[in-house]
Amino acid sequence: MNRLLLAFFLFLASIAPAFAVNPDEVLSDPALEARARAISAELRCMVCQNQSIDDSNAELAKDLRVLVRERLANGDSDDAVIDYVVSRYGEFVLLKPRLETKTMILWGMPILLLFIGAMTLLVAALKRSRQSRGTPLSDDEKEKLKKLLQP
Amino acid sequence: MIIELGHYALVLALATAFVQAALPILGARLNDRALMELASSAAVACFLLVAFSFAVLTFAYVTSDFSVRNVWENSHSLKPLIYKISGVWGNHEGSMLLWLLILVFFSALVATFGRNLPETLKANVLAVQAWIAVAFTLFILLTSNPFARLIPAPGEGKDLNPILQDVGLAIHPPLLYLGYVGFSVCFSFAIAALIEGRIDAAWARWVRPWTLAAWTFLTAGISMGSYWAYYELGWGGWWFWDPVENASFMPWLAGTALLHSALVMEKREALKIWTVLLAIMTFSLSLLGTFLVRSGVLTSVHAFATDPTRGIFILAILVFFIGGAFSLFAFRASRLKAGGIFAPISKEGALVFNNLILTTATATVLTGTLYPLVLEALTGDKISVGPPFFNMTFGLLMLPLLFAVPFGPLLAWKRGDLMGVAQRLFAAVAIGLVVGCIYYYAMNGGPILALFGIALGVYLIVGSLTDLALRSGLGKVTGNVAWRRFSGLPRSAFGTALAHIGLGVTLIGIVAVTAFETETVVEMKPGMTVDAGGYTLRFDGMRNGSGPNYSEESGHFTITSGGVVVADIWSSKRLYQARRMPTTEAGIRTFGLSQLYVSLGDQISEGGIVVRIWWKPMILCIWGGTLFMMAGGFVSLSDRRLRVGAPTRAKRPKTIPVGAAE
Repeated sequence: MNRLLLAFFLFLASIAPAFAVNPDEVLSDPALEARARAISAELRCMVCQNQSIDDSNAELAKDLRVLVRERLANGDSDDAVIDYVVSRYGEFVLLKPRLETKTMILWGMPILLLFIGAMTLLVAALKRSRQSRGTPLSDDEKEKLKKLLQP
Repeated sequence: MIIELGHYALVLALATAFVQAALPILGARLNDRALMELASSAAVACFLLVAFSFAVLTFAYVTSDFSVRNVWENSHSLKPLIYKISGVWGNHEGSMLLWLLILVFFSALVATFGRNLPETLKANVLAVQAWIAVAFTLFILLTSNPFARLIPAPGEGKDLNPILQDVGLAIHPPLLYLGYVGFSVCFSFAIAALIEGRIDAAWARWVRPWTLAAWTFLTAGISMGSYWAYYELGWGGWWFWDPVENASFMPWLAGTALLHSALVMEKREALKIWTVLLAIMTFSLSLLGTFLVRSGVLTSVHAFATDPTRGIFILAILVFFIGGAFSLFAFRASRLKAGGIFAPISKEGALVFNNLILTTATATVLTGTLYPLVLEALTGDKISVGPPFFNMTFGLLMLPLLFAVPFGPLLAWKRGDLMGVAQRLFAAVAIGLVVGCIYYYAMNGGPILALFGIALGVYLIVGSLTDLALRSGLGKVTGNVAWRRFSGLPRSAFGTALAHIGLGVTLIGIVAVTAFETETVVEMKPGMTVDAGGYTLRFDGMRNGSGPNYSEESGHFTITSGGVVVADIWSSKRLYQARRMPTTEAGIRTFGLSQLYVSLGDQISEGGIVVRIWWKPMILCIWGGTLFMMAGGFVSLSDRRLRVGAPTRAKRPKTIPVGAAE
């Protein structure tokens, strides 16, 4: 049902599935344009459902794309462009949130879980190896074993 | 009248489900056979009732009975028959009814084919299935009744969302639900095991085919959905890390882990508690997915307000089942005795590693999906978690797992020889790197990571084949003997190899498209040409046309290679009359495994139109790989061991409860 719902959201946002980047927006310098595309893919179209400004054809997304290209053309670095957009639109615009206190759990989750999982396994393995070594046979038992093994 | 009968059948189904939920479990307690046997007949009756109810709704759609509100909202008399039928589940109410239908279908399957199950286990499993059925039937009847009437009946319907008027809708949701809901059986088995406080290898032998079947369908459903989005949405993406997509991906990841841990449990009686926990988690994620999608909570927190009853109802179901299952687990898990010991370097160890990574990946996707929601609820801060986050974290997590995949089948149970296996995989690594280099060279460079990505994919394929080759003794014995051994290998060995090969194929597709895709956005006038992927596209002009319920503008493109015409593409924009909604019908032409993807944009000047052209190298590998995975699933399902798995339990009377001795 995922496609279905995505489609439904698209409908709600009255976004006809069409284009994002239009020919008139494209920068003449291919290197600069490539940077613009890369940045656009990391910025969220604020009025859409989970789309980057690179994918969306909403007006706001277009404005942002143009803005990104203007800043790049003015010689801003990638980070400076992103900082500028964040300062105007807030962190909501970033599709990859920055690592800070409030996103600690988000970014830390994979590492934390891997660590906990690995530790659990290690402890279990140690316990198991201790168990499997077992206790040596007592003299009595050795005697019995010898008897059993003798034909 | 017939509509009311359908509604009434659903009410009867609810009553039957109540009986099935309560009495058999009592029977299992009291060791009363009559009560336990009731479960099977109730399950079949419940299925027949829901099936009738579903058939009635379908009938209403086919006959365009607009006096039914649901039909009026989602159908149109001019709609082609296939979309009238698929429209039944193209809306909230109908899709919930389909969900329920599949649930009771699985219960009926357990009832019919579970003759060899120990009586108490079967009774408990069917009872748990019935609890789920009760919850969802109540949900449908109380908040989402598809049989509500509309008086007076309107003359014409509002039509189905045009994006959904596609064969994709006919196939994708049923497949996805077969997967989602299929895991309910694993869940019910897990709960039944906890209720009984006993679990053994026979349990795993029962759970594994269900997991396998559900997993195979879910794979098919997700893959189908991805391809549908790819060609229908018109911007050539195939995976968006959309919350709704994640909702179906999480059960898949957890289900994949379950598949592997159930293997350890069946063969070595180890990881029992973990397998039960995974079975619970997998279906919990299916329920969570249903909740996220159905409540609309993901669109925005405020979507709850639009229909709070539905959201809260499903949330209640969620809390009841997940909370209940985990509490039961906490109380009873200690009763399940752990078995089989193994060294860290062993097949078991490899499968544990698989589980560790897959579970972490599932949790990562879950955190990423819910984090913005929770953060906003707690602090009011709004953040987004999108594709760049998931690509990075998920990708990094998967890398070690992908590398380890061929090791698993080659390692021995209990204690394995890592160096020996690494030596045997040397050829696979070498072939992978060589193919990676050749491809890299053929593409005239590109990101260096792409080389290793392709190499990893090829290594996965060759590594999986290595297992088959070694097991049939290729190179050590004569060709004839090797062939005989090869054909004598258990089907599950082929299943494993096929699924792992599929993983490699999909990876190759993903890497190739990500690294080497080209995109051209231009305004074209008739006669203009554009180069893409070694082909030249000439725009010939536009043509107007119409279909049963839409009008369209189509652009025609002629594709030439070295001056010779090789193919042509029609790419269209449609306008659906009933909803005045435009859609893009991308023009796609396949060359081998690669595709040219042409999509039309706005008309800017007279005779000129914006065209977006993608060259998508090896893109079919992405879905082709999932076909291998599905084939692996089906081949493994047909394994003799699984088919005769059940009766083997009867040979071990020690574990059979008194009541079950026949």
